[in-house]
Amino acid sequence: MSMQPTFLITDLLFFGLTLGLISFVFVVRKRPHLSRPWSQVLKSTTGSVSLMILLFYYAIALIDSVHFHPRVAQATESQYQYSSEVHSLLDVLMTPMRSRMEKTFSAPLATHSFAKEMMQNESGQMQRDYPRLNYAGAHLTQPEDEKVADIISISLIASARALSYWALIWLSILWLYSRRQQRSLTLIFKQILKAQTAYPLRAIAFTSALLMLLTVISMQLGQHYHLFGTDKVGQDVFYQAVKSVRTGILIGVLTTLITLPLAILLGALAGFFRGWLDDLIQYIYTTLNSIPHVLLIAAAVLLLQVYMSGHADDFDSLTERADLRLLFLCLILGITSWTGLCRLLRAETFKLREMEYIQAAEAFGVSKFKILMRHVMPNFMHIVIISVVLDFSGLVLAEAVLSYINIGVDPSMNSWGNMINQARLEMARDPVVWWSLSAAFIFMFTLVLFANLFADVVRDALDPRIVRGER
Amino acid sequence: MSAYIIRRMLYAIPILIGINLITFILFFVVNSPDDMALMQLGSKHTTELQIEDWKRERGYHLPLLYNTEQSGLGAVTETIFYQKSAKLFVFDFGSSDSGRDIGYDISQRMWPSLALAIPTLLVGLLVTITLALTIAFFRGTYIDYWAVIICVALISISSLFYIIGGQFLIGKLLKIVPISGFDTGLHALKFMILPVLIGIVGGIGSNTRWYRTIFLEEINKDYVRTARSKGLSEQVVLFKHVLRNALIPILTGVVVVLPLLFMGSLLTENFFGIPGLGSYTIDAINRQDFAIVRAMVFLGSVLYIIGLVLTDISYTLVDPRIRLS
Repeated sequence: MSMQPTFLITDLLFFGLTLGLISFVFVVRKRPHLSRPWSQVLKSTTGSVSLMILLFYYAIALIDSVHFHPRVAQATESQYQYSSEVHSLLDVLMTPMRSRMEKTFSAPLATHSFAKEMMQNESGQMQRDYPRLNYAGAHLTQPEDEKVADIISISLIASARALSYWALIWLSILWLYSRRQQRSLTLIFKQILKAQTAYPLRAIAFTSALLMLLTVISMQLGQHYHLFGTDKVGQDVFYQAVKSVRTGILIGVLTTLITLPLAILLGALAGFFRGWLDDLIQYIYTTLNSIPHVLLIAAAVLLLQVYMSGHADDFDSLTERADLRLLFLCLILGITSWTGLCRLLRAETFKLREMEYIQAAEAFGVSKFKILMRHVMPNFMHIVIISVVLDFSGLVLAEAVLSYINIGVDPSMNSWGNMINQARLEMARDPVVWWSLSAAFIFMFTLVLFANLFADVVRDALDPRIVRGER
Repeated sequence: MSAYIIRRMLYAIPILIGINLITFILFFVVNSPDDMALMQLGSKHTTELQIEDWKRERGYHLPLLYNTEQSGLGAVTETIFYQKSAKLFVFDFGSSDSGRDIGYDISQRMWPSLALAIPTLLVGLLVTITLALTIAFFRGTYIDYWAVIICVALISISSLFYIIGGQFLIGKLLKIVPISGFDTGLHALKFMILPVLIGIVGGIGSNTRWYRTIFLEEINKDYVRTARSKGLSEQVVLFKHVLRNALIPILTGVVVVLPLLFMGSLLTENFFGIPGLGSYTIDAINRQDFAIVRAMVFLGSVLYIIGLVLTDISYTLVDPRIRLS
């Protein structure tokens, strides 16, 4: 084995959550009353296209969560030495972009550095000029003349490859489908082209083609150029932006591990038992809600910093420390954001409690615990799902703001907030260094936009009545 | 009415006590003052004596809850809890870790925050309500459909980008107003335009969409149908009936944020160098000045609770159907 697998805590939680999601899909598929709203989501073009893009991001985060220590040298025949650095599967896929460090800033797709330097020219004199980059466009002899043609040819070849992969995958799926349905392939083609299918296959095919094209072209161009330029220390900005996907997704997803148990348990208990328990739970969430969230997070993260500076020896590596800080951030974001859902669930349990079927269950002598588990909770799950999907985009945005105030993820961790924070200082330069900001903007905007669109579709499908006036 | 308000205020007291306890536990129990001193002084080459001095200067040398060295009342008052946490109730914030009087700083920095927040809120309300009403007028058409999509797109942009983009476009490219800074009196005007504008644009997406749903909910009610069946024109229906009734949820929604306007906006003030309470807080976070953060947490919570009470009162004022119970 050429590597030693290692699991960060967030990796394990993320994988666990993914397994949970997959089993949820299987549970829903078997039950018609649960799967009906979801098939409505998939039947809407916006719903299925945004779901595809979200899944694409999610897949990047998954690939980036398979961590290992790469092997550095072979000490003896049977013993290997492993680096203390932690790499992920994504790092392996993006090796050229990760390892090719330039000296400092360079513009997107540039072959020359952004800043002038003293250099020796051919006749041996010193002069100030833009030096060639170490890696980007290094295969060209006359970059000024050849660059555009080279980029176009790389892109064209990559597009051809991408489209042929895409066509192959779709043809095989459709062929299998036509065999199973016993319908001719041309008929199915016609239906897809005219958008007459039950699910918006034309839009799905189009989106998958686009994603495939973007992936292959950016990977191919990344072998020879810096697609989004390089930052101050010469690191590839595209690589940073892709690495930040994991941070964004994790913040949005892991936080639910805290919010859901708290909100569901306390909301159901408060609404079901009322009395002093209700008063107590209401008191807890009103108090927590009264503290401005940013300040509570700031206070908690400051205290974490105090703890970490006092216990610097407890952490094996920087990665592990950054990972723990990410987890802590999810925890504190969870603690500040369960209150809204809890209030909704309490009110819903209040309503459900008065339903006749619950009174019937009580009359039959079903235990309170069982009524809660079997009759109350399944009936407010749609609120939980809607709230989780609605909150996701807000959490991704919150990460950027918090990292900007230095109370977000660890500064050594790749995240869009950290990218913006570092790039902001360069806005004063002339000409402006705009690419770090643009890369972070494009990646973050795409994720949040489609998460928002998806959330709207899910809300309309699962329950159009509730959460209306809620912000 | 006054009995209701008093009862509502009494209800806020246990919440304030809870907040006070949370901040006390967060700042003094989870982390001891020793940790804070180490953090401020640096963990290397720091002697016990230096830590002791640091704590004594700031009054952190006292015991947490009960002082055994003092007798009588002093056993309770000569403690960190009494000196640092209980005094927050009378808005005695003490001095910051760097020695400045927090109460004085807050009273000075409140005004720039308000000067920024109030125009942003008022003009923003005017703009978003107008937009939302226009969209509601075109409901069900392509204009409505695309307006909602644009709103979702606007919501999806991080507030950081609004600020950076606005500074870049208007301050740097067009050079209409200075990028950042602040001045006293009327001279502050030219520094305020850009942050106010950005604050308004940043809020357009979410507020317009929210107000649109409120308008649409109102439009589908029976009284609107009655008004139409009387033969009233669409303009009269929208302005005289829908707008007036929809303003109730909109304005009561605004009331809850009114007190919080004092706190200012963290990001905008920081980016534009406006000496308000928002940048005060951010600076405190960056300098790890725990005393200021603690004071701001408490102040923010108090203002939020005041907002809640005001909301309840305003509901009863605008809607006579809600009884005071």
